Amino acid sequence: MITAARNYTRFLSRCFACLFEGDWRYFLWVGLLTAVCAAGLNAYTRQYVYGLATTGMTDQVSWGVYIANFTFLVGVAAAAVMLVIPVYVYHNEDLHDLVIFGELLAVAAILMCLAFVTVDLGRPERFWHLIPGIGKFNFPGSMLSWDVIVLNGYLALNVYICGYLLYCRYRNVKPAKWFYIPFVFIGIGWAVSIHTVTAFLYVGLGGRPFWNSAIVGPRFIASAFTAGPAIIILALQILRRVTTYRVRDKALMTLRSIVQVSMLINLFLLANEVFKEFYTDSLHVASAKYLFFGLHGHSALVPWIWTAIAFNCIAMTLLAMPLTKRSLPWLDVACVLAIVGIWIEKGMGLVIPGFIPSPLGEVVEYLPTWNETLVCLGIWAFGLLAYTFFLRMSVPILNGALNKENE
Amino acid sequence: MIANPPPESRDSISRRSFLRGSTAAAAGVAAMAAGLAPLRKLGESISVDQFLQQHYKELKPEDMDKVLRRIEGEVERQYGVRPHVRDYKPMNGVEYVYALNLTRCVGCRKCVHACVAENNQSRDPEIQYIQVIKMPNGTFDMEKGDAHYAPESVPEKGFFYMPVQCHQCKNPPCTKVCPVKATWTEPDGITVIDYNWCIGCRYCEAACPYFARRFNFSEPTIPKDKLNLEMSYLGNQPRHKGVMEKCHFCIQRTRVGRYPACLEVCPTGSRKFGNILDPNSEVAHILREKRVFVLKEEVGTLPRFFYYFDV
Repeated sequence: MITAARNYTRFLSRCFACLFEGDWRYFLWVGLLTAVCAAGLNAYTRQYVYGLATTGMTDQVSWGVYIANFTFLVGVAAAAVMLVIPVYVYHNEDLHDLVIFGELLAVAAILMCLAFVTVDLGRPERFWHLIPGIGKFNFPGSMLSWDVIVLNGYLALNVYICGYLLYCRYRNVKPAKWFYIPFVFIGIGWAVSIHTVTAFLYVGLGGRPFWNSAIVGPRFIASAFTAGPAIIILALQILRRVTTYRVRDKALMTLRSIVQVSMLINLFLLANEVFKEFYTDSLHVASAKYLFFGLHGHSALVPWIWTAIAFNCIAMTLLAMPLTKRSLPWLDVACVLAIVGIWIEKGMGLVIPGFIPSPLGEVVEYLPTWNETLVCLGIWAFGLLAYTFFLRMSVPILNGALNKENE
Repeated sequence: MIANPPPESRDSISRRSFLRGSTAAAAGVAAMAAGLAPLRKLGESISVDQFLQQHYKELKPEDMDKVLRRIEGEVERQYGVRPHVRDYKPMNGVEYVYALNLTRCVGCRKCVHACVAENNQSRDPEIQYIQVIKMPNGTFDMEKGDAHYAPESVPEKGFFYMPVQCHQCKNPPCTKVCPVKATWTEPDGITVIDYNWCIGCRYCEAACPYFARRFNFSEPTIPKDKLNLEMSYLGNQPRHKGVMEKCHFCIQRTRVGRYPACLEVCPTGSRKFGNILDPNSEVAHILREKRVFVLKEEVGTLPRFFYYFDV
């Protein structure tokens, strides 16, 4: 028992030591991210002192880019399952070793999600009110309490699975199936649940017709399964340039097909929503009108949503062409467009217009402030830093440079 | 990231880069510490008692007493005057209902300001619980309304005025969504907020179909001489930044048998308030005899706030 604990501590400290090794590119990248993190922390501290008045949010638009980013990143986290399913259900060999990079991305994304909801709180020091047992947890009544459970549960599942598999690889022992396969399958269902529950946060509000639509859940899943694997493609492309880790083209092509199909479904569902809103043309179309064409002379979101639609359509076209199969740079372009397009569509395109017009018909527009934007950049930098560190530790373990033999 | 080096050079390289790494890590920690600089501007920090205070429903009478005295002390320190903070309980056999006469309301907004004065809302920025909407005759489409009208005199011809405040719903979407049960409906029908428990997630504000809830985006400011010293825990005790608030039917008045401030100030008698469980009350009469309706009936919130017409 004590030996096992000592071995494990030794493993952890060696992983930790890894973080301080690397070439100048690594240090430049980490240094840059740390600087942005510090700037974000500074902006958040200012927000903590002066209140959420430092953001662009108002009583009319009471959620902004924090919750928008949160929603997007829950999707990114859920998308890890798009690597897990091919590997564990269909035994896809090309993706087999890459699945861990997907799960690590999920961990980083969930950390970002938790950071984004925390900075959105007016009273962050009262977070303990949310802890079941010592606080007063409104479960199962509030969808937010469901979200707390599913997000933390998903975080724990992924940390456990990645940690176990990496530790086995480090010791060069075969992972015991019973120790992780059940959790992998729980994780598949759980991944879908985190994004469904996040959709239900919005869907459950009868006073917000723009969100009160059954298609929001499926749309969230489809867009998540587009943006998530697209991010993984980009991460793998970087990984095979800066490390000795071998990523086969075939693996990227499998991911390409996933992004391709998901994007098609995503655009189809968006078209369904647009048709229902505008053909019915009831009073409830106001938010959609505001989003796509502007309402009573207010049109702050119009350029955003059309940019998103243009990006998504171009990405779709690129992904449908054999070009992105032959040329990886074009695949990268398609992925970047898809990620940006979906980020806008889900954030500025879904969270914000739900509040406009207000329930009493008032049009108050929202624009994030500089301070709020800095907080967001800080959290993104923190997430990228976390993912960089995870990869810095896991790549040497996976390619055998870091193992028990050379302790 | 480095490629896997040959074993003999391995140690020296990793030692050198480790040294470089620890310098970088120290720089990172220093950058983070520098980032925390604005904390120096933080005024009174949160006390241990404030931090550990339990939910309203968990407080035993003696705990409650301590909390009330503590709040009195806090208000005194901040404003220089000692208030009476009490915890008024609901009366048995009472369920409050509000009725608003749209035929009579002239849109003078006296109710709005009386409410602010009574309930110790922040004056800068001013938080108002009541929003009066000027509606053109012939429609109930709220988008055609105007909440920011400012003519020489009211009423204006061709318009009617619709004050909206918390509807104290029987099926409230706001309490359902609160992740920490910081808001709930009391037995007398008033939906209250425990300001000392709210975490400020604003989910209730998103859920409310009547735009009744307000958030303290910054620390509220109230001039010392404008403070209403008769306070209640669930009602008009001064709030702090980062929590929700809203109309609570002037709980500090109505639970001792007085009318809400908005009703008392109304020059046209458009506002009626009372106990619906008492068949002889004015509101019971109005609900029986007048043409009454509720706002957005289709969302199923079952408001305890009714609108009616006289003629």
